[in-house]
Amino acid sequence: MSTIFGISAPALYGQILIGLINGSFYALLSLGLAVIFGLLRVINFAHGAQYMLGAFAAYLLLAYTGIGYWPALVVAPLLVGVTAVVVERTMLRRLYGLDPLYGLLLTFGLALIIEGAFRYWFGAAGKPYSPPPQLSGALNLGFMFLPIYRGWVVIASLVICLGTWLLIEKTRLGAYLRAATENATLVQAFGVDVPRLLTLTYGLGAALAGLAGVLAAPIYQVSPLMGSNLIIVVFAVVVVGGMGSILGAIVTGYMLGVLEGLTKVIYPEASSIVIFVVMAIVLLVRPAGLFGREE
Amino acid sequence: MSEPPFLEIRGLQAWYGESHVLHGVDIAMREGETITLLGRNGAGKTTTLRAIMGILRKREGTITLRGQDLIGLPLHRVAQAGLGYVPEERGIFASLTVEENLMLPPRVAPDGMTVEDIYRLFPNLHERRSSQGTKLSGGEQQMLAMARILRTGARILLLDEPTEGLAPVIIQRIGDVLTTLKQRGMTILLVEQNFRFARKVADRFYLMEDGRIVNSFAARDLDSHMGQLQDVLGV
Repeated sequence: MSTIFGISAPALYGQILIGLINGSFYALLSLGLAVIFGLLRVINFAHGAQYMLGAFAAYLLLAYTGIGYWPALVVAPLLVGVTAVVVERTMLRRLYGLDPLYGLLLTFGLALIIEGAFRYWFGAAGKPYSPPPQLSGALNLGFMFLPIYRGWVVIASLVICLGTWLLIEKTRLGAYLRAATENATLVQAFGVDVPRLLTLTYGLGAALAGLAGVLAAPIYQVSPLMGSNLIIVVFAVVVVGGMGSILGAIVTGYMLGVLEGLTKVIYPEASSIVIFVVMAIVLLVRPAGLFGREE
Repeated sequence: MSEPPFLEIRGLQAWYGESHVLHGVDIAMREGETITLLGRNGAGKTTTLRAIMGILRKREGTITLRGQDLIGLPLHRVAQAGLGYVPEERGIFASLTVEENLMLPPRVAPDGMTVEDIYRLFPNLHERRSSQGTKLSGGEQQMLAMARILRTGARILLLDEPTEGLAPVIIQRIGDVLTTLKQRGMTILLVEQNFRFARKVADRFYLMEDGRIVNSFAARDLDSHMGQLQDVLGV
């Protein structure tokens, strides 16, 4: 069996792949968090619950209406986005201008309520959700077997990240968003309906989480606590990347996913803490994060 | 003054938190007129502009444009009614390019200047259109802050100390731009400390002291008011 630095090559490739998959979800989720934090200055603790809602929406659509994976990729994020819009309009909006702690506490409370309700209705055990037939099976790459669905997740998340980045950096809506992140009052004084922009942004960030949830359903199974397991790591990713930095969230997401995978091969005992060690080091050396601007 | 005023401000009071800074400001502007607010630092000139625009929300009194009430409108509706604001700090966005800064404010009327016209008026901005907005010099940033309002078709320009900290040759350029705008029929409310600059462009002066208008007179009567002016401005 071939080895690289004394590590078996298939194990290494396998863990790099798992790292890329995890990294895809870190990137998608931290991207939404970064967009929301950048404009609303709200640390959205409900992000994990919104990711779980996306997965459950796909699961329930299939179980009760027969709507399959492909339509669910559109419908589930829309449903999550609409619920987020309602939350922003009825609750979150009242907390702007107050200490960011209030937004954090509200979204944290919402996450506990949503996750608790789903655990009450569906139990804590994971529910299986099969990948669509077009993406079942595996490819023989010569050096390893690649389950097609996992390859699809990596590519899809890259496309979504790139699309979101282009939306923010290259469009008129994105220019409003960037400008309002700097000085919302002045942008509104120019005639832009900033309150509506805030609502849309929260909806978009939550929809991204919902989309990640649908992508995750065939890999991790659908369970009420799937989000809370992931969200702590995702917050570490956001801190390492730099709060509010879009590019930082994407690059750091993939980077830390792969780092975690590599640690599993080289020193498995450290794999569950390596991201937090990186976070601690970054906070000591560059408190604004790798891509963050000092304020 | 028989025709009804275009923009009318009556009994305008405003507060920063608990502190009461405007104590009843009255200003009446005809369409196409340029008015300069003069006064010492802290007299309430910038506050007056911010209160008219609606950026400062804690205010009382009436503000009407062609009889339409502006005080009850949400902030983004004021720009849509035709008011354009150029803040003292210029408000150029660092995360946007020069061109993105220029294109940022939505059009509020069909008769705004085209981008080509603007670039003809400000060739520097065309040259540097892909640079980061805040990489421009202070003078260029001031030009950009004015240019982006010209694009929107706003009828009234609220302009806060456009010459502050700029070299004489740039101030001359800004004066030329204001003259062009006047010829196009723009109504301008200018806050200015640079008295020599203001007398070249203004049709009328309002004198402010401690959050109140203490006098107003036409530009041609300036010389007979020099005594009071020097007293109020402390020059």
